[in-house]
Amino acid sequence: MSDSLYEKLGGEAAVDAAVNLFYRKVLADDRINDFFDGVDMESQLAKQKAFLTMAFGGPNNYTGADLRTGHAHLVERGLNDSHFDAVVENLGATLTELGISDELIGEVVAVCEPTRNDILGK
Amino acid sequence: MAPLLVAALFYTFTMPKLTLNSTTYTNQAGDTVLDTLLANQVEIPYACQQGSCQSCLIRSPEQAPPEESQKGLKETQRARNFFLACQCHPSEDMALELDSNEQPFVAVNVISITSLNEETIELIIQHPSDFIFHPGQFINLRRQDGIIRSYSIANCKNTDNTLELHVRKLPDGDFSTWASDVLKAGDTIEMQGPFGDCFYIQDDPEQPLLLIGTGTGLAPLAGILQDALAKGHTGPIHLYHGSRDLSGLYRIDELRTLASETSNFHYTPCLSGTSEHGEFKFGRANTEALKDFPELKNHRIYLCGHPSMVKSAQREAYLSGAALHQIFADAFTVNNPNE
Repeated sequence: MSDSLYEKLGGEAAVDAAVNLFYRKVLADDRINDFFDGVDMESQLAKQKAFLTMAFGGPNNYTGADLRTGHAHLVERGLNDSHFDAVVENLGATLTELGISDELIGEVVAVCEPTRNDILGK
Repeated sequence: MAPLLVAALFYTFTMPKLTLNSTTYTNQAGDTVLDTLLANQVEIPYACQQGSCQSCLIRSPEQAPPEESQKGLKETQRARNFFLACQCHPSEDMALELDSNEQPFVAVNVISITSLNEETIELIIQHPSDFIFHPGQFINLRRQDGIIRSYSIANCKNTDNTLELHVRKLPDGDFSTWASDVLKAGDTIEMQGPFGDCFYIQDDPEQPLLLIGTGTGLAPLAGILQDALAKGHTGPIHLYHGSRDLSGLYRIDELRTLASETSNFHYTPCLSGTSEHGEFKFGRANTEALKDFPELKNHRIYLCGHPSMVKSAQREAYLSGAALHQIFADAFTVNNPNE
């Protein structure tokens, strides 16, 4: 049996390596960082870790409904496709920086894509 | 016997008891503390159930929880026996604490009240001899009419069993005005605590420490500074204390003297509201500190004082490379509009 995407990326250790790099990129990105004003950074980092675990194809308990309710207040503030794309772009840049191949990055992006409609409340 | 079988037998015969608010629950083999509490309809926040969201943070005040249940927590949280209920398979009985606000208040004596500057007083109270705290943590004080205010501990444990608190007199501050004008030595007041995770842990004595505070944010930082020096911290310790004008700074001479006598301690008082800053650095304490230290990858940072300063400094420090779990923050929120 071939390794899962999560195993190919390096599992939990890879998530740990990526999460701070990713969260710093998001916070420094003026296209999206307004959405993170005033949030508790530590619980946000925990959420980013859960997000990356999911994006890496790892074990997670998140459902479409969770993503929908969790982002509803941001959709009200104008969260749209351009912001979703910016987050995915930051994720890609993070993985490139960590030396992950374009092929695997493509797989990660493919895992994220189906969450778009739930996150944007479509 | 195969190790796995031994483990299975061990779990079969070990059913630890969990005690919470004087009710005892039996932890079934293989269950986590969270499983047991939920099965018994105990209201506890939780979400991911895999140790990442930290919603189910709980405390075992009297004994250290299993190491794997403390993964990802801050050193100071570990030191106070916090753990994640969803990651904890208890191997022995545990006494649990969900809400530390349930701790009792105790009556304590006021030892002295002295002025630190125009708007700040030093309040010394005597704590019970069995009171255990880390300098930099905070306590709650309760007046007879029930008003409660939080103050940080500015000193290390001493033989007189006293706590040093810094109280800022707010213009319409009910409690602070009373503390400075009415309260006097010999009076009693009620105390509860300690609380908070903003204190010194000696896990790396060579680590550079950056302490940033505004106003009475100096109180916890003074406690942390003394604790670090008393425990033999050898890494550089930089303290930036800021205020709009001179009336918000205090202990200036003492801190300058300490800096001149202590090779690894450096003190930078900052004034942001006046261009006539004279011998002080002109600017906000957090801005100046982060300008002086653009690379914080290996630092531990303590931020105490005004909430907006704490929040923006936390973000800036993180973007300058500091690990989030190395940033200890204590934001002083004002309790009500009149205080």
